[in-house]
Amino acid sequence: MRGKRRPEGPRATTPPRRPLSGLRTRLVLSFVLVAAASSLGTGALTFKEARTGVLQQSQDTVVNQFRRSVGTQIPGLPATPEQTSLDNLVVRLAQDHRAEGWRVLATYGKLSASSAPSSGSRELTPSLRKSVTSRAVAVFQRVRVGDRSVLVVGLPVTYTDDTYTTRTLSGLSLYLVVPQRTEQAYVNALITAVEHATVPALLLAAVLALLLARGVLRPVRALRGATRRMATGHLDTRLTVQGADELADLSRSFNDTAAALEESVAELRRMENRARRFAADVSHELRTPLAAMAAVTDVLVDEAPLLEGDTAAAVRLITEETVRLTRLVDDLMEISRFDAGAAELHLDDIDLAESLRRTLSARGWSAEVVTDLPDGIRARVDPRRLDVVVANLVGNALRHGRPPVTLTLRPVDGGPGGAESTERAGRPDQVTSLGHTKRTKRTERAAEPAGPGRADGANPTGRAGPADERYGPGRWVVIEVADCGPGIDRAALPHVFDRFYKASSARARSESSGLGLAITAENVHLHGGRVHAANRQNGGAILTVVLPAGLLEARDAEAGVRDEGGPE
Amino acid sequence: MSRVLLIEDDDSVRRAVDLGLRRQGHEVLTAVTGEEGLRLMASFRPDVLVLDLMLPGMPGLDVCRKVRESTQLPVIVVTAKGDDVDVVVGLEAGADDYVVKPVRARVLDARIRAVLRRADAPVPTGARPRVESHGALVIDRAGLVVARHGEPVLLARSELSLLLTLSASPGRVFSRQQLLEAVWEHSYHGDIRLVDACVKRLRSKLGETRTEPQCIETVRGFGYRFRSA
Repeated sequence: MRGKRRPEGPRATTPPRRPLSGLRTRLVLSFVLVAAASSLGTGALTFKEARTGVLQQSQDTVVNQFRRSVGTQIPGLPATPEQTSLDNLVVRLAQDHRAEGWRVLATYGKLSASSAPSSGSRELTPSLRKSVTSRAVAVFQRVRVGDRSVLVVGLPVTYTDDTYTTRTLSGLSLYLVVPQRTEQAYVNALITAVEHATVPALLLAAVLALLLARGVLRPVRALRGATRRMATGHLDTRLTVQGADELADLSRSFNDTAAALEESVAELRRMENRARRFAADVSHELRTPLAAMAAVTDVLVDEAPLLEGDTAAAVRLITEETVRLTRLVDDLMEISRFDAGAAELHLDDIDLAESLRRTLSARGWSAEVVTDLPDGIRARVDPRRLDVVVANLVGNALRHGRPPVTLTLRPVDGGPGGAESTERAGRPDQVTSLGHTKRTKRTERAAEPAGPGRADGANPTGRAGPADERYGPGRWVVIEVADCGPGIDRAALPHVFDRFYKASSARARSESSGLGLAITAENVHLHGGRVHAANRQNGGAILTVVLPAGLLEARDAEAGVRDEGGPE
Repeated sequence: MSRVLLIEDDDSVRRAVDLGLRRQGHEVLTAVTGEEGLRLMASFRPDVLVLDLMLPGMPGLDVCRKVRESTQLPVIVVTAKGDDVDVVVGLEAGADDYVVKPVRARVLDARIRAVLRRADAPVPTGARPRVESHGALVIDRAGLVVARHGEPVLLARSELSLLLTLSASPGRVFSRQQLLEAVWEHSYHGDIRLVDACVKRLRSKLGETRTEPQCIETVRGFGYRFRSA
C-alpha cells in the first residue's frame, strides 16, 4: 500500500477513560459488591435468627423461673398485704436469684416495694404497667438502658376459684428486671463473627476478580493491540488462540478477518501495481516511436514555409502534436516515477528569488507576471523540481486566469500550519494537498563529492550560510501564484491537483497535458511541503506552495562534521 | 560541422536521428551495436559519440567506459527511461552529458555543440600567464594540457572545461547552477548531478581523495571553488 492512502496511524482511537470505567475495575467492583451482598445478607439473616433464638430462650427461662418463685412465695402473703410484707416479698425473691442479678419490684395499690434502691421506674414503661394491671397474663419487654439491655417481666397475681375456671386480679403486681449480659455477649459475638467472615470474603472476592479479570483481559488486550497494529498497516498481524471460549472464538474470527483483509489488500495492490506498471510500460513503449518522430520534427519545421497551403498546415499540425505528445509522455513517465517511489530529490541551497526569476525568464514570462520576490531567502530544495512547480503554477494561471498574474515569495515561521492559519483562517473554499515524505528517496547532494569544506558557515560571498538561523527546522517559505480571473469553480476546487482533471470541457484541449498540477503537488510533497488552491475574496484563484526551508538539517550537520577534517 | 558517431539499436530512431543531425550540418556515422561502434571508431575518428544506453549485446555503459579508457572523446548518452539511476551511472562511467528520449534534433545538436565548444574556447585568461602552476598541478590554458607532478592527466572535455572555469578565478565560489550554465550550457535549472559527477571524476583524476582534497573545495550549501596553492 502506498503511504499516501494510509491513515497516519490510529488517531485518537482511545478516548480519555473515565475513572471506574475500565473493564478490570468494573469486574473487581462487581465481584466485591456481590460478595459483600451475599456475605452480609447471609450474616444478617443468621444473626437475626440466632439472636431471636437466644433471646427467646432466655426470656422463657426467666419468665418461668419468676413465675415459679412467685408461686412459692405468694401463699405466705396476706390477702391485703402491707408495706412490710411487700418488702419481705421482694427481698426474698431477689435473694433467691442473686446470681442472675434479679431486681424485683412489687406494687399493690399505692404501695410499692423494691429489692434494690436503684431499681426505679426507669425500666418500667407505662405501657408495660398498664398491660400488667389490666390483663391477667405475664408480660415482658426488652428495654435498652444506656448501652445495656435488660429484660423486664411483669406478672400480675391472680386468684383462681376452686374450679379453675375464672381468674381474678388480686391487685398485686410483681415486676422483675434482669440484665441480659450473657445474651448481649452472645449477640456481640455473633456480630464479630459475621464481621470476621465478611472481610476475608471480600478480600478473597477482590483477588478472585483480579485473577479472573487478568484471564479475561489478556486476550482482550491482545485483541486491542492487534487491531491497532492492523490500523497502522501491519496486515500480517495474527493472534495466538488458546482455549475454546468465546474470546478464543473472537480471536479466531479476528485472525480470519485479518487474513481475508490481507488477501484482498494484496490483491488490490497487485491490481494497482499492474495498472501502474501498465501506464509506465505504455509511456515507455511510446517513447521509441516518439524518439524517431521528435528527431525529425525540426526537419518538418524548417520545410513547412516552403510547402503548399494544405501540406504546410498538415506538417505544422503534425509537428505541434508531436511536441504535445512528447510532453504528455514525459509527464506520464514523471508521474510513474512518483508512483513507483523512484523520484529522487537532489537538494541544493539556492536563493529562491533568483531561481524563480530564472524560471520566469526561461519561459519568456518575465513581462507578464507581477513579482514580489525579496532577495536573500535561501532554501534547501531541488532546483529543477522547484522550477517545474513554479512553471506549472504560473503557466496554469496564465492560461486559465486573467492578468495580472502575481508571483510572491515570503518566509514564514512555525510550519505550514502557521502559514495557513495566518493567511486564510476560516476560508471554506480551499483545498489542501498535504505532503508526506515517507516513501520518497532523497539523495544528499552536498555530502557526495566531499572535498575540503568550510564547516564554520562563513563563506566568501558574504551571504547567509547554512549556519544561518533561516535554516532552522521550523522555517518555511511560501510561494504564491495568484490571478485575477474568475477563480476556480467550487466543485472543481478539491480536484485541481488530480490527474487529468479538467475544470470544464472548454479546457479539455489546452496546452497542458492535464498532469501539470498533479506533478506540481507530487514535487511539493517530495519536499515535505504542501500545496493548496483557493479562491480570493475579490476574485481570482490563488495557489499556495509551502516548502520547508531547511530540509535534512541533521544530515547537513553530519556532513559538516566530516568536512571539518579538511585543511582550510 | 562535426563528425558524430551514433550508436542506436532501434532502426527508426537511428534513421531519424541520423537525418535530424545531418540536417543540422553534422557528418554522421551510425552503428547498431556497441561492438560495431567501437570498431568504427578507429577509422571514422568522430568528434563526439552519441550513445544509447539500452543496447543489445554490449551495454551502453560498458561502451562508455571503454571509450574513456583511451580517449577524451566527448560522450553524450541517450537514456531511454530517463531514470535517475541510469543518468548517475552514465555520468560516473564518464559521459559528458546526457539527453532523455525523445529528443529533438535541435536540442541534441545544441548539446553536441556545447560539449565540443567546452575545450575549444578556453576561459578568457586576461593577463594570466599561459601556463599556471598550482602546487603539483600545472595547467596549460593554451595547450589545454593538465599535468600533475609532471605527469599529464587525461581529462574529458567537460572535466577540463570545469577545471579551467574554476581555476580561472581561484577563490571564487561557483554555484552548481553557474557551473551548469558555464560548462554545460544548460539552463539554470538543469541537472546539478552533472556538476557533482564531473567534480567527482575530476578529483579522482587529480589524485584527490576525500580525506586529502587539494584543489577543488566544496563550499557547503553554495558550490565549488578552486583553491590556489
